[in-house]
Amino acid sequence: MTATAPAAPTRSLRHAARQLWSLIAIPAVAILLSLVVGSVIILVSELIIPDHAFDWTLPITAYKALLEGSIGSPQAIVNTLVATTPLILGGLSVALGFKAGLFNIGAQGQFLMGALGAVIVGVMVATWPPIVAIPIAVAAGILFGAAWGFIPGILKAVSGAHEVVTTIMLNYIAVAIIAALVSGPLKVPGSPSPITFDVGNAAFPIVLGKNGHIGIFIALFCVFLVWFVLYRTTWGFQVRAVGANPDAARYAGMRPRVVTTLTMTAAGALAGLAGVCVLLGVTHSMTSAFGTTVGFDSISVALLARSDPFAIVPAALLFGGMRAGAGLMQIQAQIPAELVDVLQATILLFLIMSPVLRRVFRLRSAQSALGAGGETTITKSYGGETVVR
Amino acid sequence: MTEQGEALLAPALEMRGITKRYPGVVANDHIDLDVRPGEIHALLGENGAGKTTLMNVLYGLAKPDEGEILLDGRSVKIASPSDAIVRGIDMVHQHFMLVPVLTVAENILLGEETMANPVFLDRKRARSQIIDLGRRFGFEIDPDEKVGSLSVGWQQRVEILKALYRHAKILVLDEPTAVLTPQETKEIFTVLRRLAAEGHSIIFISHKLYEVLEIADRITVIRRGRVVGERLPSETNEDDLAELMVGREVQLTVDRGESHPAGAVLKVEGLHVRDDRGNEMVRGVDLEVRAGEILGIAGVAGNGQDELVEAIIGLRKPHAGTVTLDGADVTGHTPRQMNEARVAYVPADRHRFGLILSFPLSDNLVLTTYYRSPYARGIMRDEAAIRREAEATVAKYDIRTPSATVKAGTLSGGNQQKAVVAREFSADLALLVLDQPTRGLDVGSIEFIHKQAIAKRDAGTAILLVSAELDEILEMSDRIGVMYRGEIVRVLDGPTADKNEVGILMATGGATQPAHEAEVSA
Repeated sequence: MTATAPAAPTRSLRHAARQLWSLIAIPAVAILLSLVVGSVIILVSELIIPDHAFDWTLPITAYKALLEGSIGSPQAIVNTLVATTPLILGGLSVALGFKAGLFNIGAQGQFLMGALGAVIVGVMVATWPPIVAIPIAVAAGILFGAAWGFIPGILKAVSGAHEVVTTIMLNYIAVAIIAALVSGPLKVPGSPSPITFDVGNAAFPIVLGKNGHIGIFIALFCVFLVWFVLYRTTWGFQVRAVGANPDAARYAGMRPRVVTTLTMTAAGALAGLAGVCVLLGVTHSMTSAFGTTVGFDSISVALLARSDPFAIVPAALLFGGMRAGAGLMQIQAQIPAELVDVLQATILLFLIMSPVLRRVFRLRSAQSALGAGGETTITKSYGGETVVR
Repeated sequence: MTEQGEALLAPALEMRGITKRYPGVVANDHIDLDVRPGEIHALLGENGAGKTTLMNVLYGLAKPDEGEILLDGRSVKIASPSDAIVRGIDMVHQHFMLVPVLTVAENILLGEETMANPVFLDRKRARSQIIDLGRRFGFEIDPDEKVGSLSVGWQQRVEILKALYRHAKILVLDEPTAVLTPQETKEIFTVLRRLAAEGHSIIFISHKLYEVLEIADRITVIRRGRVVGERLPSETNEDDLAELMVGREVQLTVDRGESHPAGAVLKVEGLHVRDDRGNEMVRGVDLEVRAGEILGIAGVAGNGQDELVEAIIGLRKPHAGTVTLDGADVTGHTPRQMNEARVAYVPADRHRFGLILSFPLSDNLVLTTYYRSPYARGIMRDEAAIRREAEATVAKYDIRTPSATVKAGTLSGGNQQKAVVAREFSADLALLVLDQPTRGLDVGSIEFIHKQAIAKRDAGTAILLVSAELDEILEMSDRIGVMYRGEIVRVLDGPTADKNEVGILMATGGATQPAHEAEVSA
């Protein structure tokens, strides 16, 4: 038997459409359902607010504002891109881990350390010419993030310590280190609140609108880079082989321990770069309260994209857009911006329930046509394997 | 029951024109099958012939595109396994569906709970029912025993009991003997005959010809999704069945010719190896494999063969002793170093060690060579070279696949093993280690792999063959080493070895031998 014969163009087009649908059906349904859940929450919350005239169109008003805030104007789009940048990089970090069979919960800690590295060095080189200062500060952040990824990697390789446990602990340690440094040695002397100096010339140049820094281009380049390494190089082949079947990889002459360590380090570098982009591109200095939930949102992004480097871009745009539009929603519909967190969490919940969704909505999985073996292994957990199809 | 009498009985089950298509393949092509009450009906076919698909249709796991199913002459729709169970159809899977930490009784009650009241189980009644059922079919079972502590043969009986407890009239057994010892097989056959005598219909799926001949009342042979023949055991034989199954004449025993061994390639001296838990599994093994010969290692599973093989190919570090290859010390070398020293390995567990099932076939074919020219330039993969090589290999080794880019997990077992063999055999080799190379394969694939191995031997490769199938060892080996409790207790000449003698050595390690010698010398 040979490969399928070339079909008529219309048929192959329909086939391609079906293929595409099979890939995006589950995320699309998950997103729609989360919007429904969000509506219910909005309506129910209306009921419990005293002296409030019930307005059943409020969810629509809220979602309209959310949409307007994210893509309603050129500036809104720039805001979305700024919010998307760290999510792309963090998503890549988590996805890279998944490909190697590792669950990098530590993206948050690596993100914080990356920002820390960028601010420490960025402040030092704040008066140097930007062309020198920026690369140095970026490199420092990447290095800090990489170090924060290397630790769980080497621990797993040497002692088998589970990366979920070690990265969670390292997240706490990163928070504590930042709190200590920002209110201690890095604090601007005499300042009433704990804050570091500004990074000055090490700040990213603004190239789009009021606040569109160059980070988005760095992030998009990294998408290509990660895809290229994973699918076009022998290193990536090793990473994927170790993730899919470490026993076969070991027998085939690969070294799973080395691969694990290096992959965690690379994942740390990517999450670190996400921190760099926020610090050098947005905040320019660090407070002890620095710390968004980028690292955790990244896990959702990677899951939504099923660890596919290119799919991470739309997934991150979705989450970034919601983040960017949340402000306008709060103003126009008086819905707290936290609704966005609820929406993101319910999307994740529905994704995890994908077998149920598939049954309820009679969706075929992307690979079911080919039978078994189509799943992507997410991580080897304590008991068995967690698998996301 | 006479054949005449059987013919008069209406079929308990009739499947008519069952057709099931998957993209690119017709798994079942208008299959007709009828099973009479009290009949043991064997379904014979190679891996991937469509036996499992047909049974999945019957058990409600797959929906047929065409055809109908009749039970006792009435057309029925079976939409799910619970549908099938309600209608008295039950299936004993190849991989048991039991909960090891629960007792026999608890396992049997799962899904068919006997209740004392709406809240509590009636354990007492359930226990006595289970004991009675067991007795009726000729075995005593303790309902309170934990399933995890039962032998495989007994676990299978629990599966059968579970089906009987749910009032199964038609019982499908999917390769029930694949995991059993010859003794256990005999015992289960007794149980099956008893079931048939009580009027149960049994569909027995297998590709072991002699077993089918022994147990079946009637045999239906399937090839590539079609029924190619129906036979009564009295009017057929193994050769006939094999030919039907494969579609051409098959050599059931390979013509291996004479070996012309040259110098020693692999030398193992005083090797001691521990398993993961630190138990010493290999205790001072000495062996030698010469170029152009096959050394078979016979032994009951778990006597240190796995650890011996792993130490030789570099997956496990020995804690004492040496391994030399062509005179060079390779003790403790890594798998990659061994691979580069022209050592290849076909693992026993192809799913765990041999293949990455979620990867395309083409990637699996370069799993050990992906980093080398021509498949890579520096760190860059050469996709075109990998694709070309894969297509050539698929053609050369006749791997049945829609294309070289499909995932390895979608291939049938035989074709998966062919892929492993193709990868491992394609280089010029000094040493080839075959660990249970034909486990679970059908006759066509076994013939193919055995022929390839003989060809490698005749090309001057030293071959170490480890197998728990004594027949395979006897058929293939030029010399036979018997492994018992971590030692090679005896090395015999292959062509003249006696099956009984090897069997006794495997089971006892020849423990009677020293005593016997003592007697003689005394």
